[in-house]
Amino acid sequence: MGLSPVLWQFLVNWLHNASLFPAEASTIAPYTDALYFFLVLMTIFGTTLVAVLVVFFSARYSRQRSPVATQIEGSTLLETTWTIIPLAIFLVVYVWGALLYFRIYNPPTNAMNIYIVGKQWMWKAEHPGGQHEIDALHVPMGRPVQLTMISQDVFHSFSVPDFRIKREVIPGRYSTVWFEATKAGNYRLFCSQYCGTQHSGMVGWITVMTPGDYKTWLEQSTSGQSLAQNGERLFASMGCNSCHNGTAAARGPDLAGVYGSKLTLTDGRQILVDDAYLRDAILNPSAHVTAGYAPIMPTYQGQLSEDGLIDLVEFIKNMQSDYRVQQTLVTAASGESAPTTPPQAAGER
Amino acid sequence: MSTAIGNTIVSLPDQSTARLPKRHYINNEYGLLSWLLTEDHKRIALLYLFSVTFFFFIGGAFAGLIRLELLTPQPDLVAADTYNKFFTMHGLIMIFLFLVPSIPGVLGNFLIPLMIGAKDLAFPKLNLLSWYVYMAGGTLTLAALVLGGVDTGWTFTTPLSTHYLNTHVITAAMAIFITGFSSILTGINFIVTIHRMRCPGMTWFRMPLFLWSHYAASLLMVLGTPVLATTLVLVALERLFGIGIFDPAKGGDPLLFQHLFWFYSHPAVYIMILPGMGVVSEVISTFSRKRIFGYTAVAFSSVAIALFGFFVWEHHMFIMGVSSYSALVFSLLTMLVAVPSAIKIFNWAFTLQKGSITFETPMLYCFGFMGLFTIGGLTGVFLGSLGMDIHLTETYFVVAHFHFVMVGGGLMAFLAGIHFWWPKMTGRMYPETISKLAAVTTFIGFNLTFLPQFVLGYLGLPRRYAAYPPEFQVLNVLSTAGATVLGFGYMLPLLYLAWSLKYGAIAGSNPWQATGLEWQIASPPPTENFTEIPIMDHEVYDYEWLANKTKKEVTTVG
Ligand code: HEM
Ligand SMILES: [Cu+2]
Repeated sequence: MGLSPVLWQFLVNWLHNASLFPAEASTIAPYTDALYFFLVLMTIFGTTLVAVLVVFFSARYSRQRSPVATQIEGSTLLETTWTIIPLAIFLVVYVWGALLYFRIYNPPTNAMNIYIVGKQWMWKAEHPGGQHEIDALHVPMGRPVQLTMISQDVFHSFSVPDFRIKREVIPGRYSTVWFEATKAGNYRLFCSQYCGTQHSGMVGWITVMTPGDYKTWLEQSTSGQSLAQNGERLFASMGCNSCHNGTAAARGPDLAGVYGSKLTLTDGRQILVDDAYLRDAILNPSAHVTAGYAPIMPTYQGQLSEDGLIDLVEFIKNMQSDYRVQQTLVTAASGESAPTTPPQAAGER
Repeated sequence: MSTAIGNTIVSLPDQSTARLPKRHYINNEYGLLSWLLTEDHKRIALLYLFSVTFFFFIGGAFAGLIRLELLTPQPDLVAADTYNKFFTMHGLIMIFLFLVPSIPGVLGNFLIPLMIGAKDLAFPKLNLLSWYVYMAGGTLTLAALVLGGVDTGWTFTTPLSTHYLNTHVITAAMAIFITGFSSILTGINFIVTIHRMRCPGMTWFRMPLFLWSHYAASLLMVLGTPVLATTLVLVALERLFGIGIFDPAKGGDPLLFQHLFWFYSHPAVYIMILPGMGVVSEVISTFSRKRIFGYTAVAFSSVAIALFGFFVWEHHMFIMGVSSYSALVFSLLTMLVAVPSAIKIFNWAFTLQKGSITFETPMLYCFGFMGLFTIGGLTGVFLGSLGMDIHLTETYFVVAHFHFVMVGGGLMAFLAGIHFWWPKMTGRMYPETISKLAAVTTFIGFNLTFLPQFVLGYLGLPRRYAAYPPEFQVLNVLSTAGATVLGFGYMLPLLYLAWSLKYGAIAGSNPWQATGLEWQIASPPPTENFTEIPIMDHEVYDYEWLANKTKKEVTTVG
């Protein structure tokens, strides 16, 4: 940008203090702001140019000073100029914007994951350790955080202006967004996609904490059950373990270590197993049957809430061996009461 | 007429002897039925003028209510659900019942046959039908409003609209469905007319640019609107019978709706602006006494906008989890579509160079258009830029962007056109001083209303919020103050144009000394437009031809 960092900081802070500019609270924000300032300069330049042309020609060629117009057909040179220059500027903006887009939407591999469920009109955050929050999200400073998000009803959109991130939260499919917060503090969270009556009430706060504070918060807020533990109970109570148990006679594929691997389906497609795939495989099993297995899995559409699905996904994600699955099978077979669906998360309405 | 060089081009007949022509299209027949059953394109244009003006002020009233509510952070004027109904009605009315039909319905209808030297449009009955269809759609929209309103937003987003709202979604969707057919009919009529009805000598490149831009807009209306119609029917079916096409629980795809909707609604934004660009070309040429600089480039840029306009719709969905590669393509195409708009702005600016410029009201509105449309177009580039759009989409930045292009551009052009052709339509001049005041007032009010919204957008205030955090209040108050000025600026023309119908100076056939064929016949024109078929024996915007013609008339008469 050619601006010295000191000047830059000064400008941004000054605008921010005048409530004219959002805080720069993530690693992304300065990148977004750099492009923004470029675009603002482009707009000021373009508009001034047009204004100067209009005002100057108006003054110089007003009827009093220029009683007779000189007819001009056009000018290839001029017209080429004002085609090429805007085009070139717009292409620069295009490339710059594309790079920024990939920077914003491609998470670093070491990002920690938190699940977000949007519903009319609240945000639910589910931490892997089992901490649940409503309209609030606590995150550590200086660590990349990825959000895996889904909506239980209509389109919502997860927007944190001070981080310059936003992503649509869609029913029926996971979407993700990531950020790395750089300053401790509270930052506004908005739902930015119109979602019905209380759309403007679907707001909350992101609390960025120092790693130490964050650790304390995690310990004090735990519900005692991690998502994976909830998932494990569901895995048994929904009967998943009757087929997916890794035994020689199992009728379903072994799920241990499946996350992140490439699967071949009966129709020959190769598929990368990610969160979205796992969720879809539970809800629409017949749409992708792993090669070598019969399409016998029933659909769980309508039987699992999005929270339950997240628990299962989290469980399968972390499943390294079938040892515990087989253990639950044994306990179930021995007549002990099967574990039931996890208790409703604290604070859930 | 004085010979001293004044600062106005206006040349009116001697008012002490001037009379309106004995017979013209307005007094040719009397009675309500003569209007309701008319097949005269000029009368149909007036029907449109009354109806779009009516809807404009209804839509404007909702805008006023929205701004009033946003004066304070809390939803204290109305509850959130009422607020949602307000902005939905505002959007539906302003887009589908005002901006889309305004310039084509009023000015296009009135002028296309006159400009190409024809007696009427190709299908006069179809033209009347299109007004009735429009009125049916408009009435149904008002019905949805009176029955209790609808709160989908003008975008009808599923699954909100299909499964989660219990307001009058189907009524509103059908209203817009029907209104769409009006624009299809108008589009077909314009295309056929421009192809088939041009008078001898009127080649494509002798057509005023107004016609090129209407031609391009008509293509969009005919090719795009059916997709909107289909989409709305699917929304209704999904809502009534749960056919599941957009419902993920039934294997449907909620993003499909977004694709279909924006496949129409992006081209629709060009339906709203292209005709306005046509107006600007005519006005700027006339008041600088010059042929439009680079006529061919301006003509083709309209067509280019229309073509490219069909391939950028996904820029409304960049954050919705579309494939990154398709996002790359759509962003690139969006950048390309901005270029023809830039070309036009520069061509207009350079038309002024070496001209002989006067500053009557239509010209002032066009200057306003150029400034505001430039800002609107350039902020569109922000939104077309992938990474930038993430932060800006769904905020007030988008709201400000499209108001700059649609209100600062489209509406300013409409007002420029109404003032410019008012003498032709009514035979009388509007009062110049107060109308200049109105033009300046709207310009100031507009900027005060919408510039703060860019700042709000970058701060992150989402659109469609009935309540907002208190730190955003100052900018919102500014915006509401601007809206008050703006509203005042729009009321003025309503008053003085009505006044001028009786008291305005008699205009004579060509008060602006303009070259178009429409200016060579009486004002108001006779029902049959031309007593003999005109022959276009000169280039378009040929001011020398006009000067010679005027000289000859003076010598033969005098
Ligand atoms: C230079 C040309 C233009 C460019 C590059 C451009 C770009 C864009 C982009 C990328 C968006 C999507 C923003 C988002 O939702 O994140 C947008 C929205 C919009 N634009 Fe433009 N635009 C241009 C001209 C126009 C014109 C001429 C009009 C209308 C006359 C217009 C009307 C709109 C409207 C109505 C929306 C928002 C629709 C909604 O979400 O409700 N734009 N524009
Ligand atoms: Cu668009």
